[in-house]
Amino acid sequence: MMTYALLFAIGCFGIALLMNLWVVLRAPGLPDKVLAADTMVINIIALIVLHGLLTGSGVNFEAAMLFAMTGFVSTVAFSKFMLRGNIIE
Amino acid sequence: MSFWPKKGKDQPFRRRPGRPQKDWIAPLMSPALIAALPFLGALLPGLMIRAGRDACALSAAFFTGLALLMLGLNVPTVLAGGVVETRIDWLPQIGLNANFRLDGLGLMFAGLILGIGLLIILYARFYLSKADPMGQFFTYLMLFQGAMVGIVLSDNILLLLVFWELTSLSSFLLIGYWKHLPEGRQGARMALTVTGLGGLSMIAGMLILGQIAGSYDLSVILTQKAAIQSSPLYVPALLLILLGCFTKSAQFPFHFWLPRAMAAPTPVSAYLHSATMVKAGIFLMARLWPVLAGTEAWFYIVATTGLVTLLVGAKIALFKDDLKALLAYSTVSHLGLITMLLGFGTAEAATVAVFHILNHASFKAALFMTAGIVDHEAHTRNIRRLGGLRHLMPITFVIGTIGALAMAGIPPLNGFLSKEMMLEETTHVVWAGQAWLVPLLATIGALLSAAYSYRFIAHVFLGPVRDDYPHKPHDPGLGFWAAPALLCAIAVVGGLAPMALFGWIVDAGATAVTGEAVHVHLKLWHGVTPALWMSIIALLGGLVVLAAFAPLDRLWLAAPKPDAKRMFDGVVGGIRRASLGMTDRLHDGSMSRAFAIGTAAMLAAGLWAFLGGAYVPGTRIGAPMDPLAVAGWLLLVAATVALLFLHRNRLLALLLLGIVGLIVSVTFAYLSAPDLALTQISVEVVTIILLLLALNFLPKETPRESSPSRRGRDAVLAGAVGLAVGALAYALMTRDFAFPSIAAFHIDNAKPGGGGTNIVNVILVDFRGYDTYGELTVLGIAALVIHALAEALLKGGAANDRLLAWKPETPEAGDRHPMMLVVVTRILLPLILMVGVFIFLRGHNQPGGGFVAGLVIAIGFVMQYMASGFGWAAARMRIDFHVLIALGILIATATGAGAWFNGLPFLTSAYGYVHLPPLEEFELATAALFDLGVFLAVLGAVMLALASISRLAVRAGETVNARPFDIDPSDRRG
Repeated sequence: MMTYALLFAIGCFGIALLMNLWVVLRAPGLPDKVLAADTMVINIIALIVLHGLLTGSGVNFEAAMLFAMTGFVSTVAFSKFMLRGNIIE
Repeated sequence: MSFWPKKGKDQPFRRRPGRPQKDWIAPLMSPALIAALPFLGALLPGLMIRAGRDACALSAAFFTGLALLMLGLNVPTVLAGGVVETRIDWLPQIGLNANFRLDGLGLMFAGLILGIGLLIILYARFYLSKADPMGQFFTYLMLFQGAMVGIVLSDNILLLLVFWELTSLSSFLLIGYWKHLPEGRQGARMALTVTGLGGLSMIAGMLILGQIAGSYDLSVILTQKAAIQSSPLYVPALLLILLGCFTKSAQFPFHFWLPRAMAAPTPVSAYLHSATMVKAGIFLMARLWPVLAGTEAWFYIVATTGLVTLLVGAKIALFKDDLKALLAYSTVSHLGLITMLLGFGTAEAATVAVFHILNHASFKAALFMTAGIVDHEAHTRNIRRLGGLRHLMPITFVIGTIGALAMAGIPPLNGFLSKEMMLEETTHVVWAGQAWLVPLLATIGALLSAAYSYRFIAHVFLGPVRDDYPHKPHDPGLGFWAAPALLCAIAVVGGLAPMALFGWIVDAGATAVTGEAVHVHLKLWHGVTPALWMSIIALLGGLVVLAAFAPLDRLWLAAPKPDAKRMFDGVVGGIRRASLGMTDRLHDGSMSRAFAIGTAAMLAAGLWAFLGGAYVPGTRIGAPMDPLAVAGWLLLVAATVALLFLHRNRLLALLLLGIVGLIVSVTFAYLSAPDLALTQISVEVVTIILLLLALNFLPKETPRESSPSRRGRDAVLAGAVGLAVGALAYALMTRDFAFPSIAAFHIDNAKPGGGGTNIVNVILVDFRGYDTYGELTVLGIAALVIHALAEALLKGGAANDRLLAWKPETPEAGDRHPMMLVVVTRILLPLILMVGVFIFLRGHNQPGGGFVAGLVIAIGFVMQYMASGFGWAAARMRIDFHVLIALGILIATATGAGAWFNGLPFLTSAYGYVHLPPLEEFELATAALFDLGVFLAVLGAVMLALASISRLAVRAGETVNARPFDIDPSDRRG
């Protein structure tokens, strides 16, 4: 039963990723695009963890952790760039 | 591989059959040390010049003298028929070893080089003016001397080639010593071009010779005469080697560079262009004489070239008005004479050649020095402006006259001996069935040689004293004329008592050249022989020519003459234009064109290879299609294609690039490469930050610069190459490995050999540790270069002005340092540091390692920079990033070098297990220490690069904040 739930969740996140990319490409403004890209990082974290659950392996846990910890830095950098031009001032 | 001679069965210093030596003195006398001494001596003059010009010259003379002394200690062994050898393994795998040998020929040449070198140093001390940088001069001179000694003492012909090229380079420096003179620079360039090209051909020839003989050691090659001369490659090898020898020894038609090289200071001309370097080609012909000579090809190429050079050089020398040009062409002529003698291929002729090398070196160096003295004192060396100097410069007159008479071949001087022996040899030579041809032409050559020697005396020293010298000449001090006087004394004594002065060394040299025991009988009177008559004709005919010089000179001036310089410049210019034309067509500065040509060439080569073979589909069965993988693939392709269309909007392109990186990272994780995934995630973050920093100062749009048709062409080309690469990857992936994979080795040895279960990390820090070490250094250099570039930009100048005037393009939001960001990053910092340390420590056994840890911690720090600004963060960053880089590389180096103390090669790792009671048993490995170096260097490099670029913005008018954020949180009024 767990397997099906996991597969369903993985499928959802996979489709979500594709939709994220659609937003990145079609959204009218840059802020929306950046937010969509940031959501992709979140979805990727979910995928890695779900895949780990499905295969019963923890080997990729650190990758998910690193995404969670540093993934937002790029988003912040983009936001800072849009707001101020310079990201380290 | 060892740089030191092996002890034991391969004795480093072999002596056959010589007498036993004391142990301590043997290494001091090794030929390798003799060759090394001038190079060591080259270090000193540049420093000693600070202690004065005498100290500078003395330091050079000291090392030359020391080398000469060591050579002298070897004389008894060599004269007893022994060969002193030093064998040092260098790159035995390719046959390149630092093997030296000292036999009769080497002894003679090395003595010549070092002995005359000593005199030249004395002479140059007085020749160079105060304005000339003497330290440089002696450094170049010693480098040249070392290279020359290296040539004559090398046993390994690959080593010989190294020294050969070194003489070309150092003579380039010496000829162009007076950098302010265009003739000096042009002459140096021409000499380098001609001798360098010859050197290239010689490399090819030597490689062929080594292949035929089965060894690159002369001691082996010289025993392979039959194999070499019967080989089908004998003629190509001979031609290539001779091309090298002829260019170096200024043989016709490559003689033109030598007179142009006379723009050098006179000590250089005397040393390089009469006594030593131009004899390098002759030395090599003599060295290889036992295996190359004796064939028809050898005779007709070498003897004919020598004869032609003898005549052409002598004819031009006669009509030259510049003293040094006269001597230069006479040198060309005498080199031709020696070459011709070697070309005859008989042991007797080769012996005469060896004898004449010595004689020529003595009188020609003296003559060059005389010319230098005249030039120095009278401020001109144009013969037409000289004359009558015998009254004003009696000492110089005596020296110059003795030298010139020796060159003319007047008895009882040494030049007479070897010239008559040469003429004697020519009478035995039959050239293409004609017995009279060579003796006749040789006599004409000797006649011209006598004529220009007489002219040297008559038109410079004899005649009435003039009153229109550019400077009133007088004899210089003892130091200046001592060296040429000594050489003239040798010319006189050598003529009167040839056996005592030259007999032994000619015996030794000729024995080494011919490979059979030679005992010459040098004497002035041979009885009435044909050679005597030829000699008399030449000497008297020379007088007649001198008497008729004026009408002959008018004829010569009226006759058309090929201008070697113009021809050379034409050829070089043509080659330059051709290569420029080609380069301009291939690389006109447009990157798309360069890429188009490159990819088209690769595509064509790939297609050519593909169409040349039969295609068999691969048999490996593909993995099942996971819907997740399909989604990832779709994302990757969509993002990449979108990037292609949107790339002109740089910010958007960067965002898409980030997405591509994201998918790639997760693909690594999906395909069971967690180490790669970790690295890729952190690299992506750092890349985005770096590029955003740079993008701030760059245009946000990439303009269209090429026409639609060209873009269409590029699209087709790029698509074709992309598909081809994809097809290639598909073809590879559907097949099994053609060779056994090395993966098994790594899996088997990671734990027992490297002490870690994370194979990727063990490969990085252990199996391929040396690569990592190199990459680490490169990374550090790259960061330093970024820093240096930013520093240069900030230093002032046009770029700095632009930066100062720089205004942000878009309006800026008000809050520079949002409080929320500051608080979040501050809380995250300790967590990130902990994760970084965790990833570092587990690296050896689990995914992670120093590289990822360095990046992670760098991201943690950069966050603080972004949140609270450069000034605030930099003030709290107590460690200099330069120090971090240096420390990292030093730790890695020290770890690697630690293995030496255990007698193991660099970077051999060791590990052990430690058990401390409260903890579980854990492992300590030197590899972890190495990884620490990686960690520090990566951290330092990333931070330095980011900080350097963000400093530019500070210069562009930003203010530095002292507080973590701009608003005051305690101020509740809002």
